[in-house]
Amino acid sequence: MFTSSPSARLRELRDQIARIERGHVGAPGKTVPFGVAAVDEKLPNGGLALGALHEIAGAGPDTEHGAAAALLTAGILARMAGPVLWVMEQADLFAPGLAGVGLHPDRVVFAEAGKEVLASMEEGLRHPGLAAVVGEIGGRFSLVASRRLQLAAEQTGILSIALRRSRIFDDPALREPTAAATRWMVAAVPSPPVIPGVQGVGRARWRLTLLRCRGGETGSWMTEACDATGCLGLVADLADGPAAEERRLRA
Amino acid sequence: MVTAANNGRRQVVASVDAAAAGLGLRAGMPLAQAQALVPGLAIYPSAPEAEHEGLRRLAGWCLRYAPLASADLPDGIWIDVTGSTHLHGGEAGLLRDLVARFAAYGVAARVAIADTPGAAWGLVRYGLPPSSPTMTEMLLPLPIEALRLPVSICDGLRLMGFDRVGQLVATPRGPLVRRFGAIVATRLDQAFGAVFEPIVPAIPAELIQERLAFMEPLLTAVAFSSVIARLTATICTALEHSGQGARRLDLLFERVDGTIATLRVGTARPSRDARHLGRMLDEKLERIDPGLGIEAMRLIVTRADALGHTQTATLSDSPQAYIAALVDRLSNRLGAERVYRAEPMESDVPERSVRRVPALQCGGGKNWPVDLPRPVRLLDPPQPVETMALLPDHPPLAFTWRRVRHRVKQADGPERIAGEWWKRDGEMRSVRDYFRVEDEDGRRFWLFRRGDGEDPATGDRRWFLHGFF
Repeated sequence: MFTSSPSARLRELRDQIARIERGHVGAPGKTVPFGVAAVDEKLPNGGLALGALHEIAGAGPDTEHGAAAALLTAGILARMAGPVLWVMEQADLFAPGLAGVGLHPDRVVFAEAGKEVLASMEEGLRHPGLAAVVGEIGGRFSLVASRRLQLAAEQTGILSIALRRSRIFDDPALREPTAAATRWMVAAVPSPPVIPGVQGVGRARWRLTLLRCRGGETGSWMTEACDATGCLGLVADLADGPAAEERRLRA
Repeated sequence: MVTAANNGRRQVVASVDAAAAGLGLRAGMPLAQAQALVPGLAIYPSAPEAEHEGLRRLAGWCLRYAPLASADLPDGIWIDVTGSTHLHGGEAGLLRDLVARFAAYGVAARVAIADTPGAAWGLVRYGLPPSSPTMTEMLLPLPIEALRLPVSICDGLRLMGFDRVGQLVATPRGPLVRRFGAIVATRLDQAFGAVFEPIVPAIPAELIQERLAFMEPLLTAVAFSSVIARLTATICTALEHSGQGARRLDLLFERVDGTIATLRVGTARPSRDARHLGRMLDEKLERIDPGLGIEAMRLIVTRADALGHTQTATLSDSPQAYIAALVDRLSNRLGAERVYRAEPMESDVPERSVRRVPALQCGGGKNWPVDLPRPVRLLDPPQPVETMALLPDHPPLAFTWRRVRHRVKQADGPERIAGEWWKRDGEMRSVRDYFRVEDEDGRRFWLFRRGDGEDPATGDRRWFLHGFF
C-alpha cells in the first residue's frame, strides 16, 4: 500500500514494527502526558507510555523515604482515571498526603507485601481492571525481574511504576540497567520565599531529571511540585516569571 | 454447679464449673462427699452423648481457623494450624482470638500451641506460661500425666518414682516398655515428634464437598492441577444449585501413609467461578509435600455466602470482577489484613485520621480536608530530634535528626492539634504544635513539639520528626 508522503509511510512502518515487537492488547501509543510541553516533547508519543514500566527514584538522602518520588507518582496517577494498586514493603505511606496531590483514597488499593513486592506487582499487572500498578522496590531490581514486569505491563496495557528506594546513600544498585521504558530522578531543591523576607512555605520545587528514555531523549527540568490536581508546573527562567506573579495575585 | 454420673453403683462428680472448683470440688469425687462439702450444690445429670456432640459442633466451628480441626473426646479440640497462623496475626494472635471468641460464647477455654498434638495436649492441661523457647524444654518439667497415659500406668510410674516427663525421657526404654507396654514409648515419641500423629478432620456432613480417589497415588503438581480443575467444576455446580458462592475453600490431600496435607484459600466476595477458585488453589500447590503419594483429594466449601444467579460471563469481564479477583489472590498471598484501602476518619490526630478498610468495601467518596498540608510519608512512631527553637510559637532554626543537622530555611506553623480526651485519658490536656519546614536542600519535613511551649502540663516541649513531604 502506498501513501503520499514518505513521513507518513515511515510512521506506518514504525507502528507496524512496534505492533510486531510488542504484540499489544491495548492500543499502542497511549500515554499519560505531564501537561508540561517541555517534558512531554522529549517522550515518545508525548507522555508516559501506558503498558510500560517506568522507574522513579529520589535523590541523595531522600532515596530512603522517596517522599518526592511518591508525590510525583501520586500526581501522575491523579491525572489518570480508574483504580490503582500500590504495593509496599512496609506501610509508611500516609494516604492524606496522596490525597493532597489529587489521588482520591477510593481509587487506591494498598498491598503490604514485605518481600513479595515484585510478585504482587506482577499479579496486579495481569488483572486488566487496573489503571496503574505502583511498586516500592528497595535495593536491587534485576534486569530479569524488570523485564518480567515490563512484559506483564505490555500485555494488559497497564501503566507500571517502580518506585526505587534504598537505605544506602547513593546506592550503585539504583544505577544498574533495567528493562524500564523510562528512568526518572526527582530531587527537592530550595523553593523561593512566598513573600520575600517573610517566613512561609510555598509550593515545593523539584529538579526532575529524565535519565533514560527508550525511543526518546533525556532531559532535566526545574519544576514546581504537583499541585492539588497532580499537575506539575515548569519554573519560568526568570526568578519571578509571569506565571509565579499571577499565582501570587490569585492567592 | 456440678454434673453427676454413675460409676458402678455409686454416684460421682463428672465435671465441675469454675465456682465449684473454687470450693474444693474435683471431678471424680463421690457425689455424697461433694454435697457434704457444699450444701445447696446444683447438681445436673451428666449427658456424655450430648457433651460429645457439642464438642464436635465446636470443633466444626473451629474450622474457621484451619482446615484440620477435630474433637478430642472427652474435653479437648485439636486444631492443626500449620500454614494458617499468618491469617490471624501469628500464633499468639490466633490464640488470643480463639479464647476471646470462646469467651463471647460463654465457653472457658485453655489453649496451647505446640509442634505436635501430643505436646499441645500436655501443655494445655499441665503447662505453665511459655517460659522456654524450645518445645522440648517446656515438656520436660511437666508431670507424667501430660503424656496422655492411662491412670493405671501413671500410678505405676509414680510408684517407681517417675514424676516428670524429663525423668522418663532419661530412662532406657526397654524396661519401661516391658513393664508398662508399648504405649509409654509411643506417647513419648508422639509428644516429641518422633512419630507422626494424624489429626482426623471433623467435616460437618452438610458442607458442600467433593472427593476424588485415585487408582494410583499422584505425585506431580500437573496432576494435582487437573484434579483441582475437576473438583472446582463440581463444587461450583453444587454452589450454583444452592444459590451460594464460596468464601473459603479447604483442599485436603490424603497421603498414602494416612496423613493429611491441607490448603486453604479465601475469597473477599462469594465466588463460584471455577477458573478463579482453581487458580488460587494452584498457586499454593508448591506448599504441598506429597510424601509417598496422594491417594485422594477432597475439596470442601467451609464457608459460603449467598450469591444470586448472574451471568458469570459478563460478570467476570467487568473491571470490578477483575479487582475482586486480584484482591482475592493478593489476600491469599499476603494475608487479608495486608490488602486494604485507606478511609478518612474524623480525627485531628494524624495517626487516627486514616483507617484501613477491606479493599472491596465501597468507598463513600470521602476525602481528607484539602487545605491542611499532610506529609506523604509518616514515621511511626515519630522520631525524636534535637532542635534550636524560640518559645513559644517559633519554628526551629535548625534540627538534628540521625546525626545530620538540617538548617531550616522556611517554615509554616504552628498548626495546633489538641489531644482527644474523649478517646484516651492521657490526652486530656496534651497538645502538639506542628510545623512544616524546608531545609537548605529544599527537603520538607513535618516536625512537632509536644506541648504548647508555655504550660508544662500540655507536654514536655520535646521535638519530633513525624513525616516527609
